Amino acid sequence: MSVSSRRAKTKAVSDVTTDAPPPHNKPGRFDGWFSASPLRQALRPQQVSPAEALDLKALPHVLPRILRLISHHKARITLALLASIAATIFALALPVLLGRAVDQAHLLLPGATPADLLSGSAAGNALWITAGLLIAAASLRGLLTMLSGFQFEYIGQKLGLSLRLAYFEKLQRLDFGFHDSVHSGDLITRGMLDLEGMRMFVENGLQRIVSLALLLGIGATLMFRTDPLMALLSLSFVPFVIWRAFRTGLTLRLTWTRLQQRMSILTRTIEENLQGLRVVRAFAAKNHELTRFDQASGDALRMSNDRIAVRTGAVSSMTFAFYAAMALVLWYGGHRVAAGEMSVGHVAGFLTFMTLLQAPVRQMMMIVNTFARAISSGSRLFEILDREPAIHDTADAPDLRTEGNVLRFEQAGFRYEGAASDALSAINFEVRKGQTLGIVGPPGSGKSTLAQLLPRFYDVTSGRITIDGQDIRDVSLTSLRKAVAVVSQDVFLFDMTLRENVAYSTPDAPEAGITAAATTAQIHPHIQTLPQAYDTPAGERGVSLSGGQRQRLSIARGLIGDPSIVVFDDSTSAVDAATEAHLRAALQKGSKNRITLIIAHRLSALMHADEIIVLDKGRITERGNHAQLLARNGHYAALYHMQSGQRETHVRRTEPLRTLDIQVTT
Amino acid sequence: MSYDMGGRGGPTAGGTNGAHGEDIFSAVDVRILRRFLTFVRPYRLELIGVLVVVLIFVGTQVSIPLAIRFAIDSALGDKAIALDWVIAGFLGLIAVNAVVSFLQEWSAAVVAQKVIFDLRRAMFVHLQDVSTSFIDQTHVGRIMSRIQGDVNALQEFLETSVQAVGDLFLLIGIITVLMLMDWQLALLTLSALPVLVVVRAIWLPYAKKTFRHARDTSSIVNGVLAENINGVRVVQGSQRESVNFSAFETRAKENFSAQIKAAWAAQIMVPSVDILTGICQAIVVIVGGTAVLMGRLEVGVMVAFIFFVQRFFDPIRTLSLQYTVMQRAMAAGYRIFEVLDVPVTIKDKPDALNLHHITPSVEFSNVTFGYVPDRPVLHDLSFRIEPGQTVALVGPTGSGKSSIASLTLRFFDVTAGAVKVDGHDVRDVTLDSLGRTIAMVLQEPFLFTGTVFENIRYNTGATRHDVIAAAKAVSAHAFIEQLPQGYDTPLEQRGQNLSQGQRQLLSFARALVADPDILILDEATASIDSVTEQKIQSALRTLLKGRTSLIIAHRLATVRDADNIIVLQQGRILEQGSHEALVERDGFYASLFRKNYASFDDAMQTP
Repeated sequence: MSVSSRRAKTKAVSDVTTDAPPPHNKPGRFDGWFSASPLRQALRPQQVSPAEALDLKALPHVLPRILRLISHHKARITLALLASIAATIFALALPVLLGRAVDQAHLLLPGATPADLLSGSAAGNALWITAGLLIAAASLRGLLTMLSGFQFEYIGQKLGLSLRLAYFEKLQRLDFGFHDSVHSGDLITRGMLDLEGMRMFVENGLQRIVSLALLLGIGATLMFRTDPLMALLSLSFVPFVIWRAFRTGLTLRLTWTRLQQRMSILTRTIEENLQGLRVVRAFAAKNHELTRFDQASGDALRMSNDRIAVRTGAVSSMTFAFYAAMALVLWYGGHRVAAGEMSVGHVAGFLTFMTLLQAPVRQMMMIVNTFARAISSGSRLFEILDREPAIHDTADAPDLRTEGNVLRFEQAGFRYEGAASDALSAINFEVRKGQTLGIVGPPGSGKSTLAQLLPRFYDVTSGRITIDGQDIRDVSLTSLRKAVAVVSQDVFLFDMTLRENVAYSTPDAPEAGITAAATTAQIHPHIQTLPQAYDTPAGERGVSLSGGQRQRLSIARGLIGDPSIVVFDDSTSAVDAATEAHLRAALQKGSKNRITLIIAHRLSALMHADEIIVLDKGRITERGNHAQLLARNGHYAALYHMQSGQRETHVRRTEPLRTLDIQVTT
Repeated sequence: MSYDMGGRGGPTAGGTNGAHGEDIFSAVDVRILRRFLTFVRPYRLELIGVLVVVLIFVGTQVSIPLAIRFAIDSALGDKAIALDWVIAGFLGLIAVNAVVSFLQEWSAAVVAQKVIFDLRRAMFVHLQDVSTSFIDQTHVGRIMSRIQGDVNALQEFLETSVQAVGDLFLLIGIITVLMLMDWQLALLTLSALPVLVVVRAIWLPYAKKTFRHARDTSSIVNGVLAENINGVRVVQGSQRESVNFSAFETRAKENFSAQIKAAWAAQIMVPSVDILTGICQAIVVIVGGTAVLMGRLEVGVMVAFIFFVQRFFDPIRTLSLQYTVMQRAMAAGYRIFEVLDVPVTIKDKPDALNLHHITPSVEFSNVTFGYVPDRPVLHDLSFRIEPGQTVALVGPTGSGKSSIASLTLRFFDVTAGAVKVDGHDVRDVTLDSLGRTIAMVLQEPFLFTGTVFENIRYNTGATRHDVIAAAKAVSAHAFIEQLPQGYDTPLEQRGQNLSQGQRQLLSFARALVADPDILILDEATASIDSVTEQKIQSALRTLLKGRTSLIIAHRLATVRDADNIIVLQQGRILEQGSHEALVERDGFYASLFRKNYASFDDAMQTP
């Protein structure tokens, strides 16, 4: 980013394109602003999605808040402002000095006579003095601009840092319900681009607004004081250019988000084509895909061309306005000079002042764009920062007493926020230390939800869950989550070594503990074969592990803290049957000291459980041990027969094989 | 990053991508430039137009201060032309300037966009023909970063190049005009120029280093953030919040100080330009002023000089930035052409046959095949599927099942022997007609963004009626009807709003609509709930009816119904026959069957 922000400084207006505003999610309208815009006519037929609307309603909330956030840096802000004011004054001295130099050279100073020319030295000295002042003013202007620019950048970066830390901290604490409702890509976008948007506003936007306002304010005052009419003529282009820049800045902002959408459709089209390449080829769909590509590509191209036209049109008309004002100054001033009522230097001074204004006024377009971006970015970021996690400790919650003898679900029920029906209702069961509970059911029956209630990733909406009689909502989250480990089907590996991934929950776990967990999880031998063994990097850029290997690694991770309750949420779905059998045996060795819950599609993973419950649509429909459930001849039995590939008549024959696995319970 | 086709998968087949991406400071490569020009060539007329407009624009830019000079001179009565005429001329000039300024920037950007979109399309088209193993090995994400990231880097280059050409002309124009007005004063004034060039030359490497460091630390911080967002459930489950926060804080602070250094590096250039401008103007004031005093120079010329001095630093600044952009573009171009250079190994013969109304038989005769020449995965394999027959392939991972499917569709060419469809060697028929004859249903059903209807119809011209009939036939109609918008329900994220079983049924419907003579099916391994499982089995029977089919079978239930079961091991046929025959034979298959596994893969992964 830094390079493009550097470029933005030097390349002024045309750089509006390189800023990267994110897609918006906040609903909001943006009406009335483009009523005159031809582009709006062109855009009208399509629906304006909330994603591209600019939320001006957020302005009164967001802007003061940004200013409040940076107001901690009073000293730096004061310094930046003072430096800006001084820089502006020196900048304004330049046209005055240049005008004086022209006059000195032309000897139209009031009262100058040809005699002065002959003596020579006085005028010559005056030129030297002016030149010296010119260099001094230019240098001071440069140094002070640098100083204020750096201060603004510093404040912007400081703001970025504090927002970044606050955002990170908040995201880590926000509950699962929140993370379910917001797409992770969107959260990443907010943390990267929206944060950047606010920072850029402070860094570039504020600085430019301040210096433009000072330049216009001080400059206009000075000019009006010396010559009101000339001042009026010189500034006549300013209102038009500001209006135009403002309007175009907003239009560009809107079209930018549209273009981004079209580009992302194009990206998606290409990506899907490549990911689904076997389908594409198996169906000989090359031409079909090319059509899709051309359509997406053409849409993006047209939008992009429209944008270019809007931007360059605005720049050209603003430049024209500037030169037209210059023509007025030349015409009026020229006639006054010809009439002997004004000095050439005076005209030259006004003209130079105009050139000082030209660049910053044209930058208005970018300022407006930065501003609009900061507003929407700010509202998106603050929206997250203002969220309070739904799940947190009650005040002075005691730690969970860790004997962990009995886990009980008492009429436990759960409904997702905004859902029409319960995901779980009236769940009752009890598991004691050393026992295993198996849970089966079709997808969407509530198995995973049940698992996630235990570490309080969600809170029950009815009934309660107790561990040794303590409601899990009354104990500290830290102690609860230390006692409960959930190993889920989807394994997330972090960008660190295998050792660190296994010891994720207890970074200070001893080597022996890590290898023990990995051994139980049947992944130790594989890790040993890797060249760097436990030091092998994992994660996105790390070693490629198969689905089964990842799942086993995740099991090791779950076992490492020696939790008193372990939930295996379909965590062996990708592990082959033989390894799974070994794994089961190894897990059983340690199961005496803990409560085990196993959720699985493959019944071989949980047939041995002390009790098995069958869930359907959030309710327990069958329960009992394997033998009892088979005897019931219900869903469980049907599933079992299907999985073993046997018709019902074969059941009896396979039964003896299985009894080896089943622990007899009384 | 290696595009080495030989390197099968493996961690070596990438990883250096980042390093290469940053190494943008290599020399300008003429070959890349030349190839790039082939994409520009179709627009050479437009480009000439753009250049003409740019020249006119530069001309007006240079003329404006000159006009100011004339205006001042005429106001002072030094020139014969009346002031009002000069002003009228000035107005005309700025009108032309406005029009031309629009035209040059707009046309340059539009041409640049067209070239960029052409380039992207060329890559896309090329990727449609390269071998599937290339795409498997290089990872879609990496290819995407070339198609989008690198192409965008080139776009920046193209757009700014035209501006750079304009800047160059502007610089030349200004210098020419200054020289024409007063060559001595011009030379004196321009003497400050080399100073700026030297200062920038010293500054640039240092600045680039700090900018790069700032960029790198930024991407690290964002990477950590992204990882924590994606893994937030594990983070909370593992109570890692405080550990992760302090790690993040360290990274964020590192980034902060790198950004501050970069800010300094950027800011220190600001005064140097101002100071040099001041010096140049001072030279004009003293030397020019004295000349005016002595009557050797008109005041207008002095004013014009002052104006020109103010402008000529801008083009220098942009031009020196252009160098960096160009280097980045070279690196991007290199990676783009690397993709375009991936050879197309599978293509139609000039006189390739169009399969049409065939007797759908498939025959492998003495096929040997390997992804790497010396390591065959299929050894001298022969079998035949008679029209209308269903053949199931059973075998452990790596036994060559998927290779057989890929060879039938000619995703690859055999090393020896031949694959024949309707008696024709697949290498002698057009790929397009082969694809229309054979359809494949994948283990992981792949759906596209779009509606249910569009996904089932895919590239056939099927009517809504056909689509619904197909959906009914595979018992997908009921659940589709229950979706919020029925057949017009958009599939989010490639159907993530559907269950695995539902996606599978949709892909069956898609195959049914395509109505292929031959069907290849890679049966799903993932466990699906019993109800859906039964639906899928019955849908499968509908799909297979009257078709020649080859099934990579995972489930016992599917295998039992096949006309012929081929048991593969390490690229060779271990045994084959019907279910009954194989059980009778009491070989490997029979022993697996008796062990009562639900899925054969489970059993066969353990030797």
